[in-house]
Amino acid sequence: MDFFIQLVVNGLSVGFIYGISAMGFVMIFKSSSVLNFAHGELLAMGAYIFLVLVTWLELPVYAAFLLTMAACFSLGFIVERLFLRPLIGEPLIFVIMLTVGLAAMFKGLILLIWGGNLHTFPDFLPSWLSLNWGSVAVQPVYTLALVVGTIFLVLFGIFFKFSSQGIYMRSVADNQRAALSLGVNVKKVFALSWAIAALVAGMSGIILGIINGVNVHDLSAIGLKVFPVVILGGLDSIGGAIVGGLIIGLLETLTGGYISPSLRDVVPYIVLVFILMVKPYGLFGQVEIERV
Amino acid sequence: MLLAVNNISVVYSDVIQVLKGVSLSVEKGKIISLLGSNGSGKTSTLKAISGLLKPENGKVTDGEIIFQGRHIENQSPEIITRMGIIQVLEGRQPFKYLTIEENLRVGTAIRPNKSYKDDLEMVYNYFPALLARRRARAGYCSGGELQMLVIGRALMAKPELLLLDEPSLGLAPLIVREIFGIIKKINEEQGATIVLVEQNANMALQIAHYGYVMENGKIVMEGKAEDLVENPDIKEFYLGMAASGDMRAYRDVKSYRRRKRWL
Repeated sequence: MDFFIQLVVNGLSVGFIYGISAMGFVMIFKSSSVLNFAHGELLAMGAYIFLVLVTWLELPVYAAFLLTMAACFSLGFIVERLFLRPLIGEPLIFVIMLTVGLAAMFKGLILLIWGGNLHTFPDFLPSWLSLNWGSVAVQPVYTLALVVGTIFLVLFGIFFKFSSQGIYMRSVADNQRAALSLGVNVKKVFALSWAIAALVAGMSGIILGIINGVNVHDLSAIGLKVFPVVILGGLDSIGGAIVGGLIIGLLETLTGGYISPSLRDVVPYIVLVFILMVKPYGLFGQVEIERV
Repeated sequence: MLLAVNNISVVYSDVIQVLKGVSLSVEKGKIISLLGSNGSGKTSTLKAISGLLKPENGKVTDGEIIFQGRHIENQSPEIITRMGIIQVLEGRQPFKYLTIEENLRVGTAIRPNKSYKDDLEMVYNYFPALLARRRARAGYCSGGELQMLVIGRALMAKPELLLLDEPSLGLAPLIVREIFGIIKKINEEQGATIVLVEQNANMALQIAHYGYVMENGKIVMEGKAEDLVENPDIKEFYLGMAASGDMRAYRDVKSYRRRKRWL
């Protein structure tokens, strides 16, 4: 029984991290319907920026975290400005292909600067962050992920539901022409959604870096893991991304624990297929409202 | 003069000319009606004014549009909406996944960070049906509610000039009457200047002060609304009555006569 509970706890911890990694992806899709194939590289950029600030410049962790967030936010802004803005109004497939190119560019850039070796952050997490109930234990980094991830979730939930800027962003996602006719600044909305997405990606990149170490190949592979998560949760639902992440995480660890570690990457996809047969928009995806 | 459109030509994708020298002028506080059959260029005229031609690859190639003394031809919609021109698009374009109230809040996009509570109340006063449905997703509302919603959404922007594109499209006659009544009320109480594009010439001329008739990208007739209603051609082609006032079958209208008069 303890083994089962430990697996569930591990699965939920890993799953929550998948979920917050997927949040940024969902945000870009929500506002501009773009599938961002460079998401994994955005995660990696966050982790490497944090690495530089913490190990090379030896800044205190809090300052480094805030600076990384600011840097990622600006990075998202710049990427939108330089690469995506010229493509506004072009067919979506061009934009999606551009993100594939961006992924290659970022990966190359990271390899050029930091190489492909594994880097690690110094151990800065206090041990009181680890939770224990009997034989079941949660590592400190997962507690951290839970706290930080929840804060981000609540903040973005409030932002999109209640703030004017959040409502403008949703209006652009909903009906771009109508938003334009009311004077919503569509370019600003796109820039902001890329900036926010890069910020969230950077946050989850740091957490992933604490768990697995910082390596560009591993981190960009997580960017691909985001796909089953968001498809399961519904491409346009932030809450759905979290639930999708939890389910995929659970399935992975349970398969790894009870069936075979080599199947842990396969079973989630099989379950995904079955769920999509029942709910084609994902668990929390918005069903297309058709009017005749 | 609030708005002056002088002899504009509009071309889509550099080759398709849809407007060939359209001129009209709009006085402050008046309702101007723009009539014409499908494809005559009414919507393009509105889009030329509001700047929404641009995202559709259209351009004003000739002539000028002057709003409050400033040239606005080929400006971006972001700039034009902030000068106070708001267009209500044809065919009701709600934000389907937003609630009614969130839809209305998008109307404040040109003046963010200002309080919008009074404006919400004003809109709910004109359209009480929206108040009852304020938490409902727009995608699940009826056509009449949606038309009220998109007009209300435009009012939230406090426009100097409101461009309405076919508010009667696909609505039951009773709802059309109600909506036109509200448009008239908005004009009288808020002093809003309105350019109204319509197929329903009868309703439009009832509330408009002045009217223009378009065909094939040109203005072919203009005049005070009460004069246009009495005009024999308008009666025959748009109000469906013979000059004598009887209903006439469409096949009785001699097409050659129409061509001679209108082209």
